[in-house]
Amino acid sequence: MSIGHTLLGLLESGPRHGYDLKRAFDEKFGHDRPLHYGQVYSTMSRLLKNGLVEVDGIEAGGGPERKRYAITDAGITDVEQWLATPEKPEPYLQSTLYTKVVLALLTHRDAADILDTQRAEHLRSMRILTDRKRSGDFADQLICDHALFHLEADLRWLELAAARLDKLKASVIA
Amino acid sequence: MNAPGGSLLAAENLHKAYGPTMALAGAEFSIHPGEVVAVMGPSGSGKSTLLHCLAGIVTPDSGSIMYDGRELATMSDARRSELRRSEFGFVFQFGQLVPELTCVENVALPLRLNGTARKQAERTALGWMERLEVDDLARKRPGEVSGGQGQRVAVARSLVTSPRVVFADEPTGALDSLNGERVMELLTEAARSASTAVVLVTHEARVAAYSDREIVVRDGKSRDMERVV
Amino acid sequence: MSPRQSARDLGLGVRFAFAGGREGWIRAVLTAVGVGLGVAVLLLTTAVPNALSVRHDREQARLDWPFGSEQPAEGDDTLLVANADTTFRDKDVRGRLVEPEGARAPLPPGLSEFPAEGEMVVSPALKKLLAADGSALLRERIPYRVVGTIQESGLVGSQELAYYSGATGMATYAEGGGEATRLKEFGNPNPSKEETDPVLLLLVLVVIIVLLMPVAVFIAAAVRFGGERRDRRLAALRLIGADGRMTRRIAAGEAMAGALLGLVLGTVFFLVGRQVAGSVEVMGISVWPSYVDPSPALAALVVLAVPTAAVLVTLFALRGVVIEPLGVVRTAKPARRRLWWRLLMPLGGFAMLYPMIGQGRTDGDFNQYLVSGGVVLILVGITALLPWLVETVVSRLGSGGVAWQLAVRRLQLSSGTAARMVNGIAVAVAGAIALQMLFAGVDGAYTEPTGQDLTRAQMQVRVPDGAPLAATARKFADTKAVSKVTALWEGYLGDTSWHTENGPNLSAELTVGACPALREVAKLPSCKDGDMFVLDGDEYSADGPELNKPGRKLYVEPSGSGDTADVVWTVPRGITEAESVEVLTDYKRGGFLMTPSALPKAAEKLVSGQIYLSIDESVPDAYEYARNTAYQVDPLAQPMTWSATRQDTKFTTIRTGLLVGSACVLLLIGASLLVSQLEQLRERRKLLSSLVAFGTRRRTLGLSVLWQTAIPIALGLLLAMTVGLTLGAILLKMTDTPVGVDWASVLSMAGFGAAVVLLVTLLSLPPLLKLLRPDGLRTE
Repeated sequence: MSIGHTLLGLLESGPRHGYDLKRAFDEKFGHDRPLHYGQVYSTMSRLLKNGLVEVDGIEAGGGPERKRYAITDAGITDVEQWLATPEKPEPYLQSTLYTKVVLALLTHRDAADILDTQRAEHLRSMRILTDRKRSGDFADQLICDHALFHLEADLRWLELAAARLDKLKASVIA
Repeated sequence: MNAPGGSLLAAENLHKAYGPTMALAGAEFSIHPGEVVAVMGPSGSGKSTLLHCLAGIVTPDSGSIMYDGRELATMSDARRSELRRSEFGFVFQFGQLVPELTCVENVALPLRLNGTARKQAERTALGWMERLEVDDLARKRPGEVSGGQGQRVAVARSLVTSPRVVFADEPTGALDSLNGERVMELLTEAARSASTAVVLVTHEARVAAYSDREIVVRDGKSRDMERVV
Repeated sequence: MSPRQSARDLGLGVRFAFAGGREGWIRAVLTAVGVGLGVAVLLLTTAVPNALSVRHDREQARLDWPFGSEQPAEGDDTLLVANADTTFRDKDVRGRLVEPEGARAPLPPGLSEFPAEGEMVVSPALKKLLAADGSALLRERIPYRVVGTIQESGLVGSQELAYYSGATGMATYAEGGGEATRLKEFGNPNPSKEETDPVLLLLVLVVIIVLLMPVAVFIAAAVRFGGERRDRRLAALRLIGADGRMTRRIAAGEAMAGALLGLVLGTVFFLVGRQVAGSVEVMGISVWPSYVDPSPALAALVVLAVPTAAVLVTLFALRGVVIEPLGVVRTAKPARRRLWWRLLMPLGGFAMLYPMIGQGRTDGDFNQYLVSGGVVLILVGITALLPWLVETVVSRLGSGGVAWQLAVRRLQLSSGTAARMVNGIAVAVAGAIALQMLFAGVDGAYTEPTGQDLTRAQMQVRVPDGAPLAATARKFADTKAVSKVTALWEGYLGDTSWHTENGPNLSAELTVGACPALREVAKLPSCKDGDMFVLDGDEYSADGPELNKPGRKLYVEPSGSGDTADVVWTVPRGITEAESVEVLTDYKRGGFLMTPSALPKAAEKLVSGQIYLSIDESVPDAYEYARNTAYQVDPLAQPMTWSATRQDTKFTTIRTGLLVGSACVLLLIGASLLVSQLEQLRERRKLLSSLVAFGTRRRTLGLSVLWQTAIPIALGLLLAMTVGLTLGAILLKMTDTPVGVDWASVLSMAGFGAAVVLLVTLLSLPPLLKLLRPDGLRTE
């Protein structure tokens, strides 16, 4: 995820202090990992250097330096471009799991066991996400669903692989 | 009780064949009171047959099924029917609501079969329909409600007798994911609050994620995924 | 739309009718069997008038009376025939003694050669009966050697018992109206058309309508078998691009396929039924298969009408249905059924019959069109009223157990289907009740009370002229199973000569017998040979005391054999009066009683001997012994067995037709009920299985199936009884007969209908229980 673009986007609704930015980010996107202050300041200084934001004012007072940032026209264009560019779908062509299964087959270990262990692990994650979805708000649910659908896709692959192990073994060993 | 670890319903070494087709070949199962167990597996693997055996709808060719200390496999049909009427609940994929009866009459049906008076049965039924958020459909017929609503009515019906086990065979199979999850949420919530055990047959992982534990059936054999790790 | 395209759609429909695996086949065959049975009944019914008229023609062709004024003189082209009919158990045997008087004597129809004396030619059925184990008594009575078989042309039915046996010396019997007849040819030279009186015609008409209406209702129901599944299939066709008209044509093609196959099956059923008809005998009537031959015009009409009707019914049923690509939409909610137009039909029917009320049998024929139209409208009216009645009643039915609730709710949702199932039975029962009433009422006019009391004498034998009465009486007394013999001579006395132009003004019976025999007919204070009595008689026989004027000359009625001299008896003084009693017969005799020696010698030949027999019915075949004795005394003597009433044979035929027809129709409808019941159950297989899964008792489901049929049937029977009784009353009024209800037969008819329902429910239980097996859950 591009933190720079996200912070720029948050500035579009109006100038904010660095501290405000961090709070807004955490609230909306930082469920898993909150931002460090350092990350905010380093990102902001890069954006400043590129002319995408400008300093709107500095509040004096005790504590750390408190700058207020505002987005520039170039910044708005940059956010627009970022949103309009589709993300590259990740094809997962070389996954660790596949490698493990093939290796197990080559070394005559029980590949089905590997698949089932993974399956149990996946379902455990799904159960946790489902649980969290129940208690979470709407945004939370959407995020969990995103993860759940990915996990489900994996799980379906696990099932498929389990059903086709014999064929895979034949082609790998040959 | 001789089932593992104080389980409510447990099966061992079940075999069942339909003609030349082997549906179960040594399947095992156990569930504790209030537990939600998902039975998964590819289609044709025998998961529905396992559910039918566990619920006493079908008798296995061999093996034992202990329910609450009683052997189900050798019980008379009348006795098993009575058990299903009073201690089990059922939800199927579709086609289970009597089209001529109104929704509340459908929900009240199991109570009526047990001899509860009509008024009393329908009052209880309405209570369950409220919990499943379909009480406004009480006077409609199944043909007049949506698939998701119909399934929730069916879930209400499965719970109306406060059963100890609910058997759900692909309860969301005919629903989209949003409706399906709503049904699952309501079913598991209601079951947990009444400490009703749920045997949930499904092929969807996201539905199975509502369970506490998962059993996979492949080629008539079962595998408890908890014991894999 | 090109004709080619239409033909292709129809063809597609025909293919669909038989495609779709086992299910499709079963449905097509069921439809075909239903239509086939309907066609067979239709064909058989259209053949009935023909069969009856062929019978009548055969009967006319073998009549052995001399038509014309005079008996022909003896010649080489004459034949003597005497009637030797007899009865064995309760079967009538037609017997004829024949004696050709020359080489050119006419052969009776069905014979190729005259039997010689002591030989006989028999019908196939009599041959079989004679050969049977229990027929020793019959063989004793007809001891002649069988030398041939009467051909079909000489018999009026395959099961008719008949024989011709050779005889000699019958010429003496042929004189002056004796038992034998001299013939130059058989048959009526001017064969009568079968004359049916208006009331009889009315009955036949009503019987045919009453039988055909349920068949029509049945065919209408049969083509709708599997309607729901078909609708779904048509929806699937819409999805892949068929338009509304195409689906209708395809549906029509499907219906036509079933109907056409039904036509073929119907012809087969008809041919089988024809053969069966040739081997059965109902109430004395049997036919040859060749009689059962529908007139070509009627048969053609059936062949055209049935498939057309099938297609029309299908299209009519699809009228309120819009087949959309994604399923079947029934136009809105079907409007609540209205009463007024449904009442129009029966009321219209009554209006058509009304002008004929009070017409009776004397005012000429009934208007056939008005009668048919009226009866049809009234019966069809039932099919219009019943759906309304079922809907109205069912919507008001209250609470009950689970089985009741399931049944009532189902009926509320689809009362039309339920009513359609019952329509056939309702129409059949209503028609049958009306007919029963008509029969019971009209029966009085056609059933002659014979007036004998079975507790007194059960058989009467006329002693032939010349046979000694006392000796003959002894023969009977010695016969097995005869418990009492009363021998009497009977004749008539008139106040003037019987040879005058007008005959006597006053006449009285003359009864001669020994004292014990006389005591059977009158209370006699004392009696010895030589006594005479005059009877008080009742209002019909009160001339006795009037004629009892001492010195008055009374003339004995001459016997038929051309005596011209008057036999005169002068009333002596002091004849004892006696009270006549109904001991031997059911009427009070009047006139004079004489002991044998009181009878003038000259009168002895003018009285004929009658022997009254009391039979001990506890002896098996009790009557046959007495009959054999009678036959021995004189083969031409025909003992009369008295039963309480004797029915006109035509009525027996019609009533038989009705009974057999009703049974066939009700069975047919029962079959259709069963089929639709099973179909309904199969469609609900999944639901039934899930009900069983959560522990519904089989009993509950079985009961709900029972209620589901019982409720509409009960309503149907109620309506049928109301309409049937009303129709019956109107028909009776038309024939000018007092209206009376034979409740026993009404209830038994309704019971018959109800029994069919019970039977259907019972038969559908095993498949239901099979469907309730948990395997039903395994379908997906």
